[in-house]
Amino acid sequence: MSEVIFTNEMDEEMTLNMGPHHPSTHGVLRFIISSDGEIIRKAVPDVGYLHRSIEKIGERNTYPGYMPYTDRVDYVAAMFANECWAMACEKLMGITVPKRASYLRVISCELNRIASHMIALGAMAMDIGATTPFPWALRERERINDIIEELCGARLTYNYHRIGGVSFDMPTGWRDKCLKFLDLFDPAMVEFDRLITLNDIFVKRLANVAVITAEEAVDWGLVGPNLRASGVKWDLRKDDAYSVYPELDFDIPVGTGRYGTVGDSWDRFDVRVRECRESSKILRQALDKIDEHPEDDILGKLPKKLKPDCEAYSRVESARGDMGCYVIGKGAEEPYRVRFRTGSFTAMGIIEAKSPGLFLADLVALIASLDVVAPEIDR
Amino acid sequence: MTPEAIYEKLKAEFGEEAVPEFHPVSDKNRDAWIAVAPFEIERISEYLKTTGGLSFDYLECITGVDYPDLKKIVVVYHVYSYTQRHRIVLKAFLDRDDPAMPSVVNVWSTANWQERECYDLLGVLFEGHPDLRRLLMPDDWEGHPLRKDFEEKEEYHGIPTVRPNPIELFKIQIPGKEAKAS
Repeated sequence: MSEVIFTNEMDEEMTLNMGPHHPSTHGVLRFIISSDGEIIRKAVPDVGYLHRSIEKIGERNTYPGYMPYTDRVDYVAAMFANECWAMACEKLMGITVPKRASYLRVISCELNRIASHMIALGAMAMDIGATTPFPWALRERERINDIIEELCGARLTYNYHRIGGVSFDMPTGWRDKCLKFLDLFDPAMVEFDRLITLNDIFVKRLANVAVITAEEAVDWGLVGPNLRASGVKWDLRKDDAYSVYPELDFDIPVGTGRYGTVGDSWDRFDVRVRECRESSKILRQALDKIDEHPEDDILGKLPKKLKPDCEAYSRVESARGDMGCYVIGKGAEEPYRVRFRTGSFTAMGIIEAKSPGLFLADLVALIASLDVVAPEIDR
Repeated sequence: MTPEAIYEKLKAEFGEEAVPEFHPVSDKNRDAWIAVAPFEIERISEYLKTTGGLSFDYLECITGVDYPDLKKIVVVYHVYSYTQRHRIVLKAFLDRDDPAMPSVVNVWSTANWQERECYDLLGVLFEGHPDLRRLLMPDDWEGHPLRKDFEEKEEYHGIPTVRPNPIELFKIQIPGKEAKAS
């Protein structure tokens, strides 16, 4: 644990402004830090630079017409917001999704999860000062981008899911490309471990830094890999399963405190690495099982008019954890109120509470290890 | 625990006045919800979190919804329990002209930012909140954008909020339209 050193009150306090355009703040966000030398007394985050009023935009778009906007909630992992919105609308109007479409959703989402974690891992290593892993991680991400581009035509803002299913079936030969990628990816992760995850300098830099205990994580509403790194074994895909996840066999990695304390920055890195492997496992199974369901049956039966008078809350396990979408319909073509609950938003809340006593350089490690994406905070 | 059982438990503890309504799952709402008296929210939350068998430790989401026709602002709480694996939705109906209610920051720390966001976008005052400032909008912003009657000003510090339509501005010819007209 980083040792907290308090000096007497006569010492001068330094106010430091970090951001909005700091390379290691992952997008446009700002911290106002009061520090005593290198030790932080308080770091207050200032967000809102990327606020695009996604929720207000939702109130003036039709239900299907809002789908491309949901891409922009979290552009690093756009599939999940797509799925969350589609699931909310399906729950609202009682639409059943064909099995094949559910499998395509799982496949696209898990590919996206790997891509998103690759950015998170590479960027975190780079923030700490190791530049090599970043292009290594991006290389894998580029391969996924190519695969997804072939599936839906876009590399970043996919707009792939539809209310009731997905927009396209797999193109011919796409499955083999996926499997070929996975055959390359699994050894690449072993290589990645040797390069950075188990690297002695990296481990020493991150072990015992910014420890978040399980109680704190739950209290502050941390979700996804951040929660699991603190030792809480809870994953929406398993514990409150949706889609076809119950048919697939996979493990949930949790923080072990292998080199320090459970819930330190290294654990948060390691959980993401292991999650990538689980995603790879899920992908292999899903690509195998998808053929049990007829081709081109990818869109469920929609009601003639999409004018629900109802409210619903849907959840998906996104790359940044439990993402929720709350929709209220009032019998019009547009929703009355849309609300997105995102993992980065709650993760940012904990930084102010965790920062006192950290070194300035460790704050960078904390932000990077929480994997916050600025547009997902501000929406 | 089923939502009905949770409601019965709350009613037995706090009386009918604190939890006046229960709405089971129906065509109108896909999740069962309980209406709570706004000024009881902190006590009810504390009870929900600490009582064994309920132990709602995870506050998922705080949402504010504006209903000008009812003259109400509704604050919706989605809560979940990691240990018991059950959920419940609480709704507090506030007066639209004077929306104020106690904060639940002392119960769930995650409420801190969510309440700030709700204050920022809907103007709900959470009493007892340690740091109730705007979160997403600039500090000098006027009004609360997610209210239904919010109207955007024409400019903000000299920056216009409306852009002229580029088609008219640059006199772009759309071939399809032209052909139809002639």
